[in-house]
Amino acid sequence: MVYEFKLPDLGEGIREGEILKWHVAEGEAIAEDAPLVEVETDKAAVTIPSPAAGTVVRLAGAVGDIINVGDVVAVIGDGAGAPAAAAEPEAAAEAGPEVEAEIAEAAAPVPEKETPVPEPAVDAPAVVPVAGPVPAAPATRRLARELEVDINAVQGTGPGGRVTPEDVRAFAEGLVPAAGAFEIPESGEQRAEIEMAATAASAIPFLDIEPLPDFGQWGEIEEEDLRSIRRKVAHKMVTSMILVPHVAHMDEADVTLLEEFRAREKARRGPDEPKLTLLPFVMKAVAAGLKATPSFNASLDPFREKIVYKKYYNIGIAVDTGRGLIVPVVRKVDCKSISQITADLNDVADRARANELTIEDLRGGTFTITNVGPLGGTALIPTINYPEVAILGMGRAQEKPVVRDGEIVIRTILPLTLAFDHRVADGADAARFVTEMIRHLSDPSLLLLEA
Amino acid sequence: MVMGQLNQETELAIIGGGPGGYVAALRAADLGLEVTLIEEREELGGVCLTEGCIPSKTLINAVELITSAREAGAMGLSFGSIEVDREKLLAWSQKVVTTLTGGVNSLVKKRGIEVIHGRARFADNRTLAIEGAGTVEFSRAIIATGSRINELPPAYEKPVWSSAEALLLPEIPGSLLVVGGGYIGLEMGLVYAGLGSAVTMVDFNPRLLSGADFDLVEVMVKRVTDRFEAILTDSKVTGVEYGDGEFRVEIEREGETRTQTFDRVLVAIGRRPNTDDLGLENTAIEVDAGGRIPVSEELRTAEENIWAIGDVAPGPMLAHKASREGKVAAEVIAGHASAFDNRAIPAVVFTDPEIAWSGLTEREAEERGIEVAIGRFPLRALGRARTMGRTEGLVKIVAEPGSGLVLGVGMVGPHASELIAEGTLAIEMGATLEDLMVTIHPHPTLSEAVMEAAEVTAGQPIHIPPATKT
Repeated sequence: MVYEFKLPDLGEGIREGEILKWHVAEGEAIAEDAPLVEVETDKAAVTIPSPAAGTVVRLAGAVGDIINVGDVVAVIGDGAGAPAAAAEPEAAAEAGPEVEAEIAEAAAPVPEKETPVPEPAVDAPAVVPVAGPVPAAPATRRLARELEVDINAVQGTGPGGRVTPEDVRAFAEGLVPAAGAFEIPESGEQRAEIEMAATAASAIPFLDIEPLPDFGQWGEIEEEDLRSIRRKVAHKMVTSMILVPHVAHMDEADVTLLEEFRAREKARRGPDEPKLTLLPFVMKAVAAGLKATPSFNASLDPFREKIVYKKYYNIGIAVDTGRGLIVPVVRKVDCKSISQITADLNDVADRARANELTIEDLRGGTFTITNVGPLGGTALIPTINYPEVAILGMGRAQEKPVVRDGEIVIRTILPLTLAFDHRVADGADAARFVTEMIRHLSDPSLLLLEA
Repeated sequence: MVMGQLNQETELAIIGGGPGGYVAALRAADLGLEVTLIEEREELGGVCLTEGCIPSKTLINAVELITSAREAGAMGLSFGSIEVDREKLLAWSQKVVTTLTGGVNSLVKKRGIEVIHGRARFADNRTLAIEGAGTVEFSRAIIATGSRINELPPAYEKPVWSSAEALLLPEIPGSLLVVGGGYIGLEMGLVYAGLGSAVTMVDFNPRLLSGADFDLVEVMVKRVTDRFEAILTDSKVTGVEYGDGEFRVEIEREGETRTQTFDRVLVAIGRRPNTDDLGLENTAIEVDAGGRIPVSEELRTAEENIWAIGDVAPGPMLAHKASREGKVAAEVIAGHASAFDNRAIPAVVFTDPEIAWSGLTEREAEERGIEVAIGRFPLRALGRARTMGRTEGLVKIVAEPGSGLVLGVGMVGPHASELIAEGTLAIEMGATLEDLMVTIHPHPTLSEAVMEAAEVTAGQPIHIPPATKT
């Protein structure tokens, strides 16, 4: 007997992952639940355990290969059968996109000669495939064949998803990208991406996405596959920037009192106690601001035309991991003390850098903070982490000469920028939100009332 | 054959002049290919024209007239007794056949297609040996040899009829046993019942026409039950004795065996592809377990210069499927971007009333676990059906929920064989329910039932009460 282990559904609309590391080699024995492979998805690296005990007959792919959900990851034999024979049928599983094409063909009315299917009995009804081919008129299908276009890869714009001759021509001219996977995407974000992709090139005047020139002709270059986190960031940022009307509201918080408190705490704390940074205070102040102005703790669903207000305050923190930017979430910030938030922050940040975050750590955020201050920079305009409504960018807190009561004094100033979705909130809301936040940051005693 | 033709060469050899082969020949000739068509029979047209679809429909049409004349009593018409002149009826049927085969011959001749009569076998992947007519060397070939009636097991080697023999109306027997409740058995059984025979149907399956949706079959069975002496389902013939001009037949049903006497026995137990005596062993082509030749979407076989279409290729054994495949093969050979990518092959049973379906059936959707929306429109709610006095029947549409894409259409009722064409077009075009609903259908016609069924499926019925909960 052999067990074909297929990449399970990892949730969150994740459809593929990059093989980071095999924990076993072909021919080696593996115990049930022992680590089999490490796969990096769009969201996080995941270690997948072996579902069965046995000998690894075959590993599907090398480190760096992309593997799709549903593809065979490994073939595990119990030594009783003939593993070599069983390993053959899924040889195609490595092929990635071609597999889908083969599946589509297998469902076609006339079987390929390589894959004979049982023919209907003499009196049997005519059989039509349902899951496979896209709806398209015969003349359109012929046009696709003439233009050497796989019609199943074309996104239909007609009623019921019907592919029109125009769709085929546009596809053949490279004006629109492929429909990608044939399944309907789960999240609004993915739907939005695909709709944008399908129509952007034809719908936005002057938008002209041309193939890039060969940069090698002007000097030495090096190429890297756009994969994993980098690619996910690219998707999210393009979606956010094209879909969301961004507005940036800037202000400065006088955090002198807070910094004095932090300095006192720092002196008091022992070497084993966690460092108390500015960020947990800002998170607490954000939670206070969100409670006062719920628009910034919401999402706009353009398909259902609804604004969804969230009654929980889970704040995502942008973390630079060295492998790319990820945003783990600290939950229920409004209900936690500064110490608890500090502990949570340290936990997720450590795990993010160690590549040990789970997908659950990255889900359910309602608002994001990006804090580049420690690395430098006076101000920044962040991009909203769609489908959230707003993001707060923290600049570097530093001493500055400011005027107080007619006199120039030195105060510690934290520059803040709130970028928000103008579909959901207006400038006045932003001013109220940021002012409420600054009130809490300027007078730390108010934060006592928030826990 | 002329001696000088012993060895010839051709660009395209087509073996078989039935609805697959002759259509392929015509299309290929129109696309500029030099075509040689090889047919074993004297006439072109194949089983369909000479001993299948066409003669059977001629007889079915005659019987329909008889039925209509009898039923016209309700409209105040009477015709007295109806006499059947068997010989004249046969002559009429054969005249239809010869007119059509003559038409095919003339079409072929006018295209400059060379026709060779004789049985062809592959000597290798470039050469056909024609029995009694030398050899043909070809660049490309299409196998379109069709199928033949399943041979009877040795126990049946008695003067039983096949459907081909029954179509020649050798006699109108007093009693007739029809073995096989598929479409051929039913059509022939109804013909003989209509001509006056006492017909008993025997079928191994629990229902007649086991390939069709039950709700469609039920309507037909209800109408014709009285015309049969008996319909024995879940039954099988376990023995046949012939002597003194009659058949003593043992029929087993639910473990009980009884013996009945019939004047004639007609056996209609399916067809098999003509691939066993073709010399395929001299090529790289291998047939599957059912004797069919595996083909690609372009209908290519394992030999890159040989194509296979029609009953020898996988799929339902139907003339219209063969014709479409013939066109595709000819186009591919002529270098066009063509493929048999049809989404629906209509199936039609010429019972009374007719049953037809196309695309996804309700049962198939159930078996494959496909979620579908289904709507039925009964003909009794249709004006035209009332005027005809033919209110039995329904049109059913199977659609994809949400998108409303039409996936399948099934129907039972008068002229279902004609109405199915619209359903098939809808499936082929990727039409939605709305497309069928907003298309104006002429009133008063049966075709309105298709529009109405689309409305029912979409939950917007006009001519039936809303929200009929079952």
